[in-house]
Amino acid sequence: MADSAAIRSLPGRARTLEAAPKPAPRFDAGRLLPWLLPTLVIVGWQAAASLGLVSTRFMPTPLDVAAAGWRLAQTGELFENLWVSFARAASGFLIGGGIGLFFGLANGLSRLSERLTDTSLQMVRNVPHLSLIPLVILWFGIDEEAKLFLVALGVFFPIYANTLHGIRSVDPQLIEMGRVYGMNRRELFWRVVLPGALPSIFVGVRYALGIMWLTLIVAETISANSGLGYMAMQAREFMLVDVVVLAILIYAALGKLADSLTRTLERACLSWNPAYRNT
Amino acid sequence: MTAALRLADTPEHRANRGLAIHVRGLSKSFENGPSVIRGLDLTIPAGQFVAVVGRSGCGKSTLLRLILGLEEPSAGRIALNGSEQTKRIMFQEPRLLPWARVADNVAVGLSRDIGKADRKARALDVLREVGLAEKAGQWPATLSGGQRQRVALARALVSRPALLALDEPLGALDALTRIEMQAMIERIWEAQGFTAILVTHDVAEAVAMADRILVIEEGAIALDVDVDVPRPRRRGDPALAELEGRILDRLLRNGA
Repeated sequence: MADSAAIRSLPGRARTLEAAPKPAPRFDAGRLLPWLLPTLVIVGWQAAASLGLVSTRFMPTPLDVAAAGWRLAQTGELFENLWVSFARAASGFLIGGGIGLFFGLANGLSRLSERLTDTSLQMVRNVPHLSLIPLVILWFGIDEEAKLFLVALGVFFPIYANTLHGIRSVDPQLIEMGRVYGMNRRELFWRVVLPGALPSIFVGVRYALGIMWLTLIVAETISANSGLGYMAMQAREFMLVDVVVLAILIYAALGKLADSLTRTLERACLSWNPAYRNT
Repeated sequence: MTAALRLADTPEHRANRGLAIHVRGLSKSFENGPSVIRGLDLTIPAGQFVAVVGRSGCGKSTLLRLILGLEEPSAGRIALNGSEQTKRIMFQEPRLLPWARVADNVAVGLSRDIGKADRKARALDVLREVGLAEKAGQWPATLSGGQRQRVALARALVSRPALLALDEPLGALDALTRIEMQAMIERIWEAQGFTAILVTHDVAEAVAMADRILVIEEGAIALDVDVDVPRPRRRGDPALAELEGRILDRLLRNGA
């Protein structure tokens, strides 16, 4: 364990030494680099608004947005809606992702299961899930089920397709080795097939996370009485542009957060793979 | 590379460790195709090091897989005395699990009912024999090609097999690494006394390592010669060169 940790951190350490040759306390300039562009955009935006280059009627300044965030945080409205949206996203993801993983594994491992379900699943896949919104509203109204259903449907396919692909692309030579060395089906699955499919499953998870937010935003914007999308739509009715922009920025931050979480998981689970060691 | 071998090299010991193989009238064909093996008879005494050479597609790998029980014979029978003993194969590719550390890869070769601590100790023991003890905690991706093949050898040896099948295990290695690996396999075979079957394209490798060489042509044994040169054998020994020439002539004559 200690060996691999040392290997993983080597290139990172080398980079740090270049940036700041002095020993601790070290300031790692390299880590801030990805945030340079967003910061510049915000500073430029504030400057343009303050100098009167753009009208604040349709585009509030960053300070206005921050003030709106503060205001809504104090009333508790912000956190309530944030929590509602997060809970919907997470439960929809778990349900849809779970079903996708199940069918991906089943169809990857069993020819019969694949022949039985894959064609149907591929047909359903080609229906844009957002086109079901009118139907979903008729079925579920604007209740929680509607949002859960859409999110689950949206995340199902990327996870299904990538799990299936991952299992298919496990090296058959390794499977033969496992058999010859006396692994039973269970062991073969846990020690060879699943670890081999994991990189591909993670690709599916990251893709599904994007679809999860997209679906939730659309669903909440069209039919909801709580959540971030609802908050933005309400604000539009009262011309509260700052709140609309705040909602959009929160979506961006949540998307980044979900992506970072996946990356951390990837690094923990795929540390054996040179491609994931230093990303 | 230097490893402490605890087992004594006595003929009695070796005969006890190895597995004798009796093959009678063995045939194998795949899905109504032509026979790959045709009525083959073969007896391999326990502890012998046999090399099987032949052109691509002559059936030598199929013969190996049949002896190991990886394929079912179409006709004939294979008897292994002490068939309950461990048989292991080393492939041309290392086939290590990339997501398991070196020691865990070696432990794949152990029976499942061995305790965790014991598995680790035995894996480390055999890694020491192949000179890779210090790599036990590493990922296979960090090793060189030759090191990976040594880990594969350790995985094959960790269960102390009575039969070790080598399916062109050194074919992908560079010339120097290959010679080192040949010496290592020969040394471990001498110490442990298992029966070894080496399938190879390389006739020089066969004469350097084996007690006996089988040339397979069109699914049958075309030549069966003993290599009477004492060990340790020196590369470039005239007797070996002469034998190598004879076998190559035979292989080339029939291919023309």
